[in-house]
Amino acid sequence: MTKSGRLGLVVLGLFAAAAIFAPWLVPVGPADTTDILLTRFLPPGATDDLGIFHLFGTDRLGRDVWSRLVFGARISLMVALAATAGAVGVGITIGGLSALSPRPVATLLLGITDFALALPRVVILLLLAALWQPSAGLVVLILSLTGWMPVARLTYAETLAQLGRPYAEGSRALGAGPVRLFLTHLLPNVAPPLLAAATLGLGNAITLEAGLSFLGLGVQPPTASWGTLIASGRDTVINAPWVGLAPGIALVSVVIAATVVADGFDSTKAGPS
Amino acid sequence: MPQGFIFGIIRAPLVILGVVSLTFLLLHAAPGSPASHLLGPTASAADLAMVERSLGLDQPLGEQYVRWIGQAVQGRFGISIATGRPALRIIAEAWPATVILVGLSILLGHLFGIGVAAIQATTRRRGVDRFWSVVSVVLAALPGYWLAFVLVMVFTYTLRWLPAFGAAGIDSDFLSPGDRLVDRLTHLAMPLATLTLIGIGTTARYARGTLKRVGQDPYLMVARAKGLGPLRVLVWHHLRNGLVPVVALLGLSLPALFSGAVFVEGVFAWPGVGSVLIHAVQARDYPVVMAAATVSAIMVVLGSVLAEAALHRVDPRTRP
Repeated sequence: MTKSGRLGLVVLGLFAAAAIFAPWLVPVGPADTTDILLTRFLPPGATDDLGIFHLFGTDRLGRDVWSRLVFGARISLMVALAATAGAVGVGITIGGLSALSPRPVATLLLGITDFALALPRVVILLLLAALWQPSAGLVVLILSLTGWMPVARLTYAETLAQLGRPYAEGSRALGAGPVRLFLTHLLPNVAPPLLAAATLGLGNAITLEAGLSFLGLGVQPPTASWGTLIASGRDTVINAPWVGLAPGIALVSVVIAATVVADGFDSTKAGPS
Repeated sequence: MPQGFIFGIIRAPLVILGVVSLTFLLLHAAPGSPASHLLGPTASAADLAMVERSLGLDQPLGEQYVRWIGQAVQGRFGISIATGRPALRIIAEAWPATVILVGLSILLGHLFGIGVAAIQATTRRRGVDRFWSVVSVVLAALPGYWLAFVLVMVFTYTLRWLPAFGAAGIDSDFLSPGDRLVDRLTHLAMPLATLTLIGIGTTARYARGTLKRVGQDPYLMVARAKGLGPLRVLVWHHLRNGLVPVVALLGLSLPALFSGAVFVEGVFAWPGVGSVLIHAVQARDYPVVMAAATVSAIMVVLGSVLAEAALHRVDPRTRP
């Protein structure tokens, strides 16, 4: 793992910790309001009349932006993690099956993968999210079902490459079936590039989740997610830009961290180590 | 004509048919009907049934599907339920805006992205390489809708330079040709900048890797040894070989580019296919959604076929 990759891991860890320990990190709850007229649109670093310190200021209802940010991280990160796990699971299954199946099955599965790759993802996302009642669960399902193809392609290519190696042949000669061979021998060896792809997918999932919530098609207000926070910041862009800036900067930081971690995995694989 | 081009032409209609069928299925499987959007919440069940019958929505789904396909191949996409205008005319008015926006952003994003990658691959100073790496990672990580938000904040509300919405001002029809062009360009500036900046990031990240890999090849040393200048070596030898994977990626990333444009069109109210699609989906305007899905599928597939043909042209090894 490169130095910048490790830095990325630290950043991801900090965000995860902030999400897990959210209730202990904030002065007030994410939806708490007191006197709205007195506490709304306070700039970052202000202290209100009750003596509560607002690190990132308050929004138009006097809610603490920092508090909404860390509680929003819970939703955004959970949704992205679950969606990535789903996509990687489906991708490994399809990719592994197409590498180990007889020719016709493999051709069919690869054809389906290619077809799914050719679909414009956001158009399908828009259709699905706009047509059904939006919720966090639906977003996870949609992102999993539209994000597995790169993992499947990668698993297929890497597994085929590993199948030619002597250890795979040896394991076969000792009587290992295809499922056992794949799970205990091949999968650990194709893991590094898969991890890289999964981390990149995580960044994508966070961006798309926020995008859907931003359009009002994902997680619904008053639940805080980074997308709904950015969307609410859009309405107050003139007098309180910090409401939309803070969650956006958080989102970009996580995506950058995921990118450099993925690069780190890749160079680990390519380097002499 | 290369063989891959013909193969692509055979495969293309299958992909388009797949996209269209999936859209049709999702659209009709979803709750809500265009009749209830047309008549509002106070409509009686009898009225709803009557409108659904006149729209042909009471027929079995399979029959509706076959009929829609039958008409679509003749170029008939029906009348928009929400607005009463021909669905194809609505799309025909919208698609040039999308093609201008996406086409220009692909062009500029690749031009500047490859430029950045060329600087990184040829510089001897580590700091320069590192600086542009950081810039391109940040640019590639920016979500379009948030970058759009920041640009609007800076250029519309703080500096008051650029308009934030639409493709032309309301007084555009009364301006002189020169002023009208300026008006159009200022409206185009921010949506285009949003897509282009992100495109520069992704292209530069990818092209840097491929250019660096080729950079150590002996043939470049030969080119330099026979006395060619650095610019000549870069353009005629280094880029020519190193950019082949970038051309390959272009075809694969077209669906994503169109997808990204949907968000940006939505934010800036850019009157393209993406905006039409968002509105039509919300109004359950079946004919318009189907027409928009068909046209965007055709655009994406056509682009992929062209990119594949370009790849076969620049890299003879990929010819089947």
